[in-house]
Amino acid sequence: MPDNKARGITPSQTVGPFFAYGLTSNGKYDWNDAFTNNLVTADTTGERIRIEGRVFDGDGQPVPDCMLEIWQADAQGRFADPKDKRALPNAKFRGFGRCGTDANGDYAFDTIKPGHVPDPDGKPQAPHILLAIFARGMLLHNFTRIYLDTEAANAGDPVLALVPPDRRATLIARRAPGNGNPVYRFDIHLQGDNETVFFEI
Amino acid sequence: MTLAYPIASNAAHPARLSPGYKSTAKRSPSKPLIVMRHTLSELTGPVYGHETVREGDHDLTTQHKGEPLGERIIVHGHVLDEDGRGVPNTLLEIWQANACGRYIHVRDQHPAPLDPNFTGAGRAHSDGEGYYKFITVKPGAYPWGNHHNAWRPAHIHFSVFGHSFVSRLVTQMYFPGDPLFPFDPIFNSVTDEKARARMVSSFDLENTQPEWALCYRFDIVLRGRNATPMESR
Repeated sequence: MPDNKARGITPSQTVGPFFAYGLTSNGKYDWNDAFTNNLVTADTTGERIRIEGRVFDGDGQPVPDCMLEIWQADAQGRFADPKDKRALPNAKFRGFGRCGTDANGDYAFDTIKPGHVPDPDGKPQAPHILLAIFARGMLLHNFTRIYLDTEAANAGDPVLALVPPDRRATLIARRAPGNGNPVYRFDIHLQGDNETVFFEI
Repeated sequence: MTLAYPIASNAAHPARLSPGYKSTAKRSPSKPLIVMRHTLSELTGPVYGHETVREGDHDLTTQHKGEPLGERIIVHGHVLDEDGRGVPNTLLEIWQANACGRYIHVRDQHPAPLDPNFTGAGRAHSDGEGYYKFITVKPGAYPWGNHHNAWRPAHIHFSVFGHSFVSRLVTQMYFPGDPLFPFDPIFNSVTDEKARARMVSSFDLENTQPEWALCYRFDIVLRGRNATPMESR
């Protein structure tokens, strides 16, 4: 029974260098993956997009042993979680994906453009995807957000507004030229001059 | 009931830059993190239950033709929030070295034998009360390159989801009384002694199965408090 007596949380530890066979085996090990980097199911409505990029360390070197997880709303701005009390038009869109970086530090997610999610005051936020970053050398994962450079709503987004203007670009994925489903480029810099903005949540 | 996630609770976590653990030097942020209010995006999270876990995924000793070598153990416990409420139906994923301290990962070059009967990966979901259970073998300690004569204490990696994306946790479970504790910069990256102790399982004689397997208990406390505690009293 809950006793409402505050307990200290279990501290985080690094995911280490050897998580891939358990978390992102991708057919390379004798284990199945619970999650993939493709969030799109047959009944998913909305605009298909791909988010891709590379993860860099403080020396500008690619990070080949990184795990990325994303969490996002569906195209109507609703989450596949009973705590979101609104209707769930995309019943099979789970909104969660996981991807390990490859030998070049590259990752990609196939998903849909999320809709608007309200902030605590009920004001719409610009479409965004939550991202958690795990790796050897990271004792605690980093949280950040991916915004899309095609969205005029970025200008009024309450979270982007918290970020110093000269660092906002690190949170905005750039639409790559080309036909077909839109591809957005989102590189992640764990440290340094171009360091991605990370949030304390 | 609505849950809140006070950021003060994050004080239990290690500093992202922990110089004793050398790989943090180039992989930790150098600029300040930005504090923000939690929105619906942070307060919701992936919900994965039974369909994600196949029968037997919680038993790492029966995934192959034969039984793995090593000391068979039961690892069980409760997933709780900060108020002591069980976290039901949440996914737990584990991975670990074999009894010799060797991972099957292609990049593990420790000259200890692989075990053809042991992969070292498992998955379970907590039950309606937040209780989970794995069966595995006790992992061995293994050397690593952080500093001269560096050895990791025996540990099992845990990945847990909890109630929201904010409560996501990846940690390591250690075994009581490990002589390597004082020398391990990853374990000691948690500077508060009480918080460090929460990563150490306890030997559980009561749930040890006679003639079969020792048992260790590992409770996991995730972020999350009742946002309106007065209503629950």
